[in-house]
Amino acid sequence: MGKTFARPEAMSQQVTHYCPGCTHGVIHRLVAEVIDELGIRGRTVGIAPVGCAVLAYNYFTFDFQEAAHGRAPAMATGIKRVRPDLMVFTYQGDGDLASIGMGEIIHAANRGEKFTTIFVNNAVYGMTGGQMAPTTMPGQRTTTSPFGRNTDDVGMPIKVAELLAALQTPGYIVRQAVLKPKHIVKAKKAIKQAFQYQLEGKCYSLVEIVSTCPTNWGLTPVEAIKWAEQNMLPYYKLGEYKTPEDE
Amino acid sequence: MAKVLMKGNEAIAEAAIRSGCLNYFAYPITPQSEVAEYLVRRMPEVGGVFLQGESEVAVSYMIFGASAAGARVFTTSSSPGISLMSEGISYMAGAQCPAVIVNIMRGGPGLGGILPSQADYFQATKSMGHGDFRLLVLAPASVQEAVEMMMDAFPLAEKYRNPVMILGDGLIGQMMEPVEFPEGLKKEPLNNDAWATSGMDTRKSNQRNLVKSLFLDPEALNNNNLTLKAKYDKMKQEEVRFEDYNTDAPYKVLIVSYGTMSRVCRTAIDTMKSQGVEVGMVRPQSLFPFPEDRVREAADVPHCSVVASIEMSMGQMVEDIERSVQGKKPVKWFGKCGGDVPTPEEVVDFVHTLL
Repeated sequence: MGKTFARPEAMSQQVTHYCPGCTHGVIHRLVAEVIDELGIRGRTVGIAPVGCAVLAYNYFTFDFQEAAHGRAPAMATGIKRVRPDLMVFTYQGDGDLASIGMGEIIHAANRGEKFTTIFVNNAVYGMTGGQMAPTTMPGQRTTTSPFGRNTDDVGMPIKVAELLAALQTPGYIVRQAVLKPKHIVKAKKAIKQAFQYQLEGKCYSLVEIVSTCPTNWGLTPVEAIKWAEQNMLPYYKLGEYKTPEDE
Repeated sequence: MAKVLMKGNEAIAEAAIRSGCLNYFAYPITPQSEVAEYLVRRMPEVGGVFLQGESEVAVSYMIFGASAAGARVFTTSSSPGISLMSEGISYMAGAQCPAVIVNIMRGGPGLGGILPSQADYFQATKSMGHGDFRLLVLAPASVQEAVEMMMDAFPLAEKYRNPVMILGDGLIGQMMEPVEFPEGLKKEPLNNDAWATSGMDTRKSNQRNLVKSLFLDPEALNNNNLTLKAKYDKMKQEEVRFEDYNTDAPYKVLIVSYGTMSRVCRTAIDTMKSQGVEVGMVRPQSLFPFPEDRVREAADVPHCSVVASIEMSMGQMVEDIERSVQGKKPVKWFGKCGGDVPTPEEVVDFVHTLL
């Protein structure tokens, strides 16, 4: 009997730097599994963000570029325009994508650039030490909102999937989570669908993934999952927001 | 090919194509928007890529991504736009990615103006962005020279795996001059399998490539900076370019001037010669590396009593000239930086104040 569960070829042997309970490892694995299943490792280029996943390239076994904060969609645009045959994805967090990189993501999506974005939303800046993000929940305490996010002062959290789905250009925009096994199965399905649309040259695709940050939330991994379910999922509703088949 | 009359910006665009660069990303800004307006029509004819980005910041990363994926790529902009691109240019230098960046300079600081200027000398030669890096900077003085420098810039960028800047004042972009292109497209092969993230399949190797500028380990970062420094030292050895004018005469004053300003100085030198006053000129064609040896030799002759930096900026080149002359002769400055190019008469009047 062969192995039924093995490390994907697209994933390296290296132990990650992520904190205990962090969901980046799960999401990395889903991306790697999809790349293996589609047989595209030899023509894939990933783009790492600035943030916790800045070192993501250490955990994959295919070509990678490292972007500046928020600029990954512009780099992906450059690659896809000169090499449409490559499979390109950006892997970005919520500070990177929804704050400093908002201009780049909106325009890449609106041009219908044929790459995929894996957008990991854990409602906080992780790498810089737990500061408030555009996606931080109302009342959520962070190092730069120590009394809780005051929406009178800094507005409501940005719903990226809904925002991009409002663009008239066709795209595949979906939000999933990695809080429970059933979420993980759906997240993988969404990532695979996004890559398939890219393979067909169909449209821009973004998979937002509701995720956790036990370290910066000051919770245990199990408490963090509960907190995300109770606080994030009612606001960041899961599901497909846009498909290229939409009118 | 016969000579054609062409605007500088359009000639620069065509020169890139003739150099085998078929990928262009840019954002509109005066006085260089004609490059994009030319290429949006021309690129499809040669199967090339044209994209107008959403900002100069984004454009700098589009060319970074394209270069890192192994493509020959260029962009053009003007002063305020180059400031915005400086972020991506720093990342490209750190990650050792080649590209050609054209700056058709306008006056600054801030929005400044839209008329010709050379006010980005410091930015181009000393501090294009954060971190310890340099660009190879070439400064054309005519449309024909802009074409030739463009065609040299791509192989140089690839030789050094470093961005190369063509630094032209607004007049170089805006004026029309007769220009001659070499026949056909140049198709130098790209040799970047060792580092470009072009997809492992295209390289027939199991080695994956990584393009990055982050080195958290202090020794690794220091080593990367030493690698960069070695390239800049090599540029100083191999890429210095300059042209002399009237330096075989017993000149009393040595002018150092580049770009359009140097052409005004030529006229002034001819005028003074007819009046019996000998003035020599060294025209730097490469601003980094600066032709320091030639400027020192030219200043250090007995008949030369003073060196003049004549530029469309507020004395930014004076520091490089002083560094070259090493205190052997006084260095004076004359220039304007509002958009008016100094006239030959103004240059003559200034030189007379030095005699």
